[in-house]
Amino acid sequence: MSLTPATPRSAAGPLDLPARLRDAGLAAFVAFMLFLPLVGFRLEGAEGRLGLAWRPDWVVIGTAAVFLGHLALSIVRSLRPRAVRPAGAGPFGRFVSRHALWLGGAGVAFALALPFLPFSSRYVIDVATTLLIYVMLGWGLNIVVGLAGLLDLGYVAFYAVGAYSFALGYHWFGLGFWEALPLSGALAALFGILLGFPVLRLRGDYLAIVTLGFGEIIRIVLLNWVQVTRGPNGISGIPRPTFFGIEFTRQPAEGELAFHQLFGIDYSPDHRVIFLYYLILALALLTNVFVLRLRRLPIGRAWEALREDEIACKALGINPTNTKLTAFALGAMFGGFAGTFFATRQGFISPESFTFIESATILAIVVLGGMGSQLGVVLAAAVIVLLPEFGREFEQFRMLLFGAAMVGIMVWRPRGLLAHREPTVRLHVRGAHEERPR
Amino acid sequence: MYYFLQQLVNGVTLGAMYGLIAIGYSMVYGIIGMINFAHGEIYMIGAFISIISFLLLGILGITWVPLALLLVLLLAMVFTATYGWTVERLAYRPLRGSFRLAPLISAIGMSIFLQNYVQLLQGANVKPLPPVVTGGWVLGRDGTFTVQISNIQVIIIVLTVLLMTVFSWLIAKTPLGRAQRACEQDLKMAALCGVDVDRTISLTFVMGAALAAVAGLMATLYYGVIDFFIGFLAGIKAFTAAVLGGIGSIPGAMLGGLLLGLVEAFWSGYFSTEYKDVAAFCILVVVLIFLPTGLLGKPEVEKV
Repeated sequence: MSLTPATPRSAAGPLDLPARLRDAGLAAFVAFMLFLPLVGFRLEGAEGRLGLAWRPDWVVIGTAAVFLGHLALSIVRSLRPRAVRPAGAGPFGRFVSRHALWLGGAGVAFALALPFLPFSSRYVIDVATTLLIYVMLGWGLNIVVGLAGLLDLGYVAFYAVGAYSFALGYHWFGLGFWEALPLSGALAALFGILLGFPVLRLRGDYLAIVTLGFGEIIRIVLLNWVQVTRGPNGISGIPRPTFFGIEFTRQPAEGELAFHQLFGIDYSPDHRVIFLYYLILALALLTNVFVLRLRRLPIGRAWEALREDEIACKALGINPTNTKLTAFALGAMFGGFAGTFFATRQGFISPESFTFIESATILAIVVLGGMGSQLGVVLAAAVIVLLPEFGREFEQFRMLLFGAAMVGIMVWRPRGLLAHREPTVRLHVRGAHEERPR
Repeated sequence: MYYFLQQLVNGVTLGAMYGLIAIGYSMVYGIIGMINFAHGEIYMIGAFISIISFLLLGILGITWVPLALLLVLLLAMVFTATYGWTVERLAYRPLRGSFRLAPLISAIGMSIFLQNYVQLLQGANVKPLPPVVTGGWVLGRDGTFTVQISNIQVIIIVLTVLLMTVFSWLIAKTPLGRAQRACEQDLKMAALCGVDVDRTISLTFVMGAALAAVAGLMATLYYGVIDFFIGFLAGIKAFTAAVLGGIGSIPGAMLGGLLLGLVEAFWSGYFSTEYKDVAAFCILVVVLIFLPTGLLGKPEVEKV
């Protein structure tokens, strides 16, 4: 498809109006067929008898809009022939990857300063905390999808394992946040290994469906195992994190110190919010540093090599199953950490928070960012988390637009907002044709 | 024994519906190697179009059940197929030749979009349809327990067998089927030999959507209630069925669907209904460990 240059469709000049009208008419006909049953009629009255309402005006408006839109679009396109898009990064992607270091530094500096900037408010910090949770999840999943090239559609399961292991650990054994954090990471990694061990030797697409099924299994078990997880009611009263044992309360218990007393400042409920923000920032940065360092280790190289060519890896003596398993387990571990943080931040968790939509969102962040690109994940997470925030007025259209945006961005930039990350090392920098003496 | 028989009947009915959806997944995967995540939503749309068609026919005064069923079947197939075609045209065709995950993300986006589209247009509440086909046959009686096969179940099973036969003939004997099989083996080579690849892929989506619409109609008749969210679980289950039978293989999809339906029916009959989905996925994992290509899948030879 990339071989065919952009030529005008017919010899009748660039503005072949009859042909364009015919195309637009066809599009309008298809739109009419689409709109007629579902837009034209509306089922009404859920209880008892179902009625049918008829709204022909919507169908007419919709069809007309498609006709005119198609016509306008095709005329605009013919006046400005589309250049063949280069396969690699666009100018934006190249700019970002060239200046990744200082862009990343600036980002971290901004994130550190955010709570003290003039425009910052409790709302801003709350949104930023949510954003950072998704960034961290994205970075965790990036190990699995971006580096090792494994398709995981059930990442939210590990997030749920992390959240529930803290909630249940507190509920049954009285564990605090700091004790639960490593434990939940380990548990999530264990689940990753248990799941990955049988299925990682299979073809990639089977992995996708098995992980998707696993995500559902975890959710169904959480929902139905009422004696332990309290089912759909969820678990509330999860303790807030402490500043290494010092609580954020106005009146601490007898003989204990609260945060504001320790530092000699006035009490403010914002302290805890800001602390949570810094906590997730630290966790996310830890994930990032970890991933960046792993990339330079033999195991990281092996992941990228496996992603590029599995057969060559086998020939070189890399054990693909074990290598994938480590990626899977490490990715799961970070999902578990993020889950623990989520539980302590919300104070309440229920299976509702761990649906497939979450998995899809996280995967969308990784792929939209350009698989394997750490900065791309931040950018994509910002797009996905902040867009719905701006669209609060269109609450009911939020998910509709979210779905449409996912399709739109993929069609517009299939390789993600920042380009697909190249392998860290490569023998011939400019491909096989230009062989340099080494 | 009679209880077993009853579960068998229920399982085969369920399996027929899963199988019809699974074929759509399997065909698309066979040809372009992508998981058409929006296929479950297509099934849901089929169910909605069926229920709307039923009400419309009721208003028009066509109440003779066989005729009404036939008309609804046709309407649902045609309109749902349009949705299948459009989804492919808008969300997948621009991404052909792109890297592997791009169409998948696009498909997930499409699935979210369609779900909310129907929810916004038709409302979020459950839509009940009064029973259209009633009555049934008693197969056996054991004290107070009777084994029944309802007329709806008979219709579902017969219709599925019929469609499968037509469909197998379509794939095996017609020029379209030949083009599809050629595309399945090698897209580029098929194009060089004069197969219109874009058209073949479009028609594959149309056929898959039409079969999903039939499954949607069956679900509407069988369960009597639908809502905008039924596509998700049915989609996952049907994909599981397709993988179970060996993805890319049409008889495999049917067999996988049947097997999944039976597992679910027996599990809910003998153990618990809450964990029937868990059982279905566990079966999938077990089968994949021992038969990595599914039951009827061809082993894929990887070449360097």
